[in-house]
Amino acid sequence: MSKTSTVSETLAVSLEGIGKRFPGVVANHDVSIKVRPRTVHALVGENGAGKSTLMKILYGVQKPDVGTIAISGQEVSFASPADAIRHEIGMVFQHFQLADNLTVTENVVLGAESRHGIGADARREIEGISETYGFGLDPDELVENLGVGQRQRVEILKVLYRGAKIIILDEPTAVLVPQEVEALFRNLRELRDEGHTLIFISHKLDEVLAIADDITVLRRGTTVATVDPGDVTPRDLAELMVGAELPSASTEESTVTETEVLEVKNLTVLDPTGRAVLSDINLRIRAGEVLGIAGVEGNGQTELVEAVVGMRKAANGTVELGNVDVTRQGAGERRTSGVGYIPEDRHRHGLLLDSPLWENRILGHQNRPPSVKGFWLNREGAREDSTRIVEQYDVRTPGIDTGARALSGGNQQKFIVGREMSGDPVLLVAAHPTRGVDVGAQAAIWGHIREARRKGLAVLLISADLDELIGLSDSLRVILRGKLVGDFDPQTVTPQQLGAAMTGVTGGGLRSSGEEKS
Amino acid sequence: MTPWMSKIALSLAAPLLAFVAAGLATTLVLLGAGDNPADFWRTILSWPENRNLVNILNYSAILYLSGLAAAIGFRMNLFNIGVEGQYRVATFAAAVFASQALLPGALNTLAAVVVAMATGALWAGIAGLLRVTRGVSEVISTIMLNAIAVALVAYLLRKVGSREGQAIVTDPIPESSWVPNIPLFSDSVTTFFGLGLLAVVAGVAFSVVLNRTRFGFNLRATGQAEAAAVASGVDVKKMVLYSMLLSGAVAGLIGMPQLFGASHQYGSTIQTGIGFTGIAVALLGRNNPWGIAAGALIFAYLTEQANPLGILAGISPDIIAVTQGVVVLSVVIAYEVVRRYRVKLEQQEVAQALFGEREPQEASR
Ligand SMILES: Nc1ncnc2c1ncn2[C@@H]1O[C@H](COP(=O)(O)OP(=O)(O)OP(=O)(O)O)[C@@H](O)[C@H]1O
Ligand SMILES: [Mg+2]
Repeated sequence: MSKTSTVSETLAVSLEGIGKRFPGVVANHDVSIKVRPRTVHALVGENGAGKSTLMKILYGVQKPDVGTIAISGQEVSFASPADAIRHEIGMVFQHFQLADNLTVTENVVLGAESRHGIGADARREIEGISETYGFGLDPDELVENLGVGQRQRVEILKVLYRGAKIIILDEPTAVLVPQEVEALFRNLRELRDEGHTLIFISHKLDEVLAIADDITVLRRGTTVATVDPGDVTPRDLAELMVGAELPSASTEESTVTETEVLEVKNLTVLDPTGRAVLSDINLRIRAGEVLGIAGVEGNGQTELVEAVVGMRKAANGTVELGNVDVTRQGAGERRTSGVGYIPEDRHRHGLLLDSPLWENRILGHQNRPPSVKGFWLNREGAREDSTRIVEQYDVRTPGIDTGARALSGGNQQKFIVGREMSGDPVLLVAAHPTRGVDVGAQAAIWGHIREARRKGLAVLLISADLDELIGLSDSLRVILRGKLVGDFDPQTVTPQQLGAAMTGVTGGGLRSSGEEKS
Repeated sequence: MTPWMSKIALSLAAPLLAFVAAGLATTLVLLGAGDNPADFWRTILSWPENRNLVNILNYSAILYLSGLAAAIGFRMNLFNIGVEGQYRVATFAAAVFASQALLPGALNTLAAVVVAMATGALWAGIAGLLRVTRGVSEVISTIMLNAIAVALVAYLLRKVGSREGQAIVTDPIPESSWVPNIPLFSDSVTTFFGLGLLAVVAGVAFSVVLNRTRFGFNLRATGQAEAAAVASGVDVKKMVLYSMLLSGAVAGLIGMPQLFGASHQYGSTIQTGIGFTGIAVALLGRNNPWGIAAGALIFAYLTEQANPLGILAGISPDIIAVTQGVVVLSVVIAYEVVRRYRVKLEQQEVAQALFGEREPQEASR
């Protein structure tokens, strides 16, 4: 797409000289962005660069301290998202804003009752949109029963339902596996061709290059460049963002030992209605081994993780931790025995958002030093160790007394990873450990995991990022409809093969478990 | 104003705003009913005499315990509406126990206090158990248990008590087990209940447990984000049960200052409603130990000052309940208003610091 053709065109969105400060942080400073209509405009930058803040300003969630916003050439000032919606702007947030105890329909209609009422009309409209874009959502399902990928589709549905023409998507692909990303991109292109304008934030630079018509790079709160995807490589982009090289998930020499850390035998887990969400799962992880689980979101990963951590009861089968049967133990006991847990939904399960960072250091470590001394909290210990995590994991925050909510998504994630790697865990249950972190931080987290693995950490790794799975894992399994179906050697497997097994096109099982590398 | 001073000013703004609103509402009600607001305010705002001051302190101590009991549950999103029932059953049990004089002197007192706490805990524990085993809402079960408590105590009182004038009372506690009162003013006929100091002890314990212990952390975490607490390994069912037990145990203390300092027996004329007032006090104090103390003092002050309204101003003292109710309501609203204002102010300040003279609002037009 050539730049010259746009000269006469009215810009869909024009942000000029936007500035925004929070206590102790400059989130945006003199940011200017021009978004052409009917394009996909990508916004990239490190964690905490100010991308989400900028988009919240455009969506009227936050007011800029300075700067102007123009929509289709007309200068506007939004007091609230309602104003933005009136200008046909919609936003899908990095962290979903759905009411768990309401159905899909109720969530979509909530706050937009005036569009199609709350009855049959609304329902028809929702079914229509869901149909058009192949969302496959049951309008009457409770949101609390939906996986992260489905929740995202509900969010997009909400935006479309409100008639948005300019749609902001904050890290929409973080939660998706490649096939779903493809599907999403097809939808986005379709939307674009129908006349929508899309603003898209992502840390996955190859995706950005695949979908974007224009790319704007933010660094430390300000715009550093706007580039044409045709002119740059992922490496160039990464350098613009951080001035660092793009990391690669290179495989290393195996550190797998013979010491068994986790053994799951014939595990079956039922959902509240009695349907099996996990059936007959068998797996084994040894010290120094990373077992990767690939699968399309919603095939039982959440349940597997929660069953291993002790948040979900097994209907059948056993879970052994270091040869101790822990099937009947709760999460507290298992964590005390050294299970680290990086949850898939960091806001719901990983943080006390209204508490300062140092108190969040204690969460999940209520029975382990340095956050406690017997019956008492060890404030000093928790504070010191929080400072260490902030330094070691490069968590960008004004300090450890800052509330967890004030951190950018990627920085929250970095803090959680740092916390769960603390205190020499024996088993790390990691669901999407690098979700939402920038390329530099991703490399750092991989480094930390490799390092701990070398010292004998066993890792159960769930990820939607196939490069991460292949690069970190010593062995790979595929989960499909609650069953472990494929078994692959990460040394030889290709993303295509994995993708096929994940969607059930082939059965997988290319390797018998006896052949695992030692 | 230095930032430090404006911070303090802001934190006082909410309660002040609330009181102004409550004052206005009360004045309107008085005007509407044809009473003279000036007389009302003169009576309420006159400096209490020493004996009234002591009464205020005594009542504050009792309300404080009641507020704490409610706050323990609130901190975990548990609505223990049953403080009233818990404290009645507990006081009755302690009175009966102490009157037996199974132990000598102070030991008897101590044991009776323990009996009261255990009984209160037990009564609240029923609701806790129903909640964790059967999913019964604690709101409903504690309301039911209140009704049962009243009936049960009345029934048992007839069994073990004796008639004394209009009332039925338990046997008196032996004098050796009484707790001496503390005379605060030489010219006052009233004295401060010795066991009123339990309020201080309970307040310190509450704050230490909540902020410094593992248990307190788990309790706060569960109240703040239950899903995150579960993921962190907190056994929420256990926490629900424990905090109901604790809440009930503190509720058990409510009757102690009066029992060992003044009445020395449990009678059918026991003061009612303290458990409910405690809920309002906890709300007013935002479940914070200092806040609850302020709330208890304010409620006690208003109640005491309202007593002579009938004689001095010809106004029914019941009007003060309206004032108290509106205070609680307006506090909730005022805190939100002030919070929003504070956020806005903060943002403007940093904006100015960063962008110099330009008015942020102007610049965005
Ligand atoms: N409500 C808030 N209060 C205080 N600070 C905030 C708030 N929201 C964001 N910040 C700070 O502003 C900066 C920019 O945050 P923002 O969420 O925009 O980053 P981001 O580019 O979206 O990062 P990520 O890739 O991690 O999502 C961060 O330093 C963050 O800590
Ligand atoms: Mg963000």
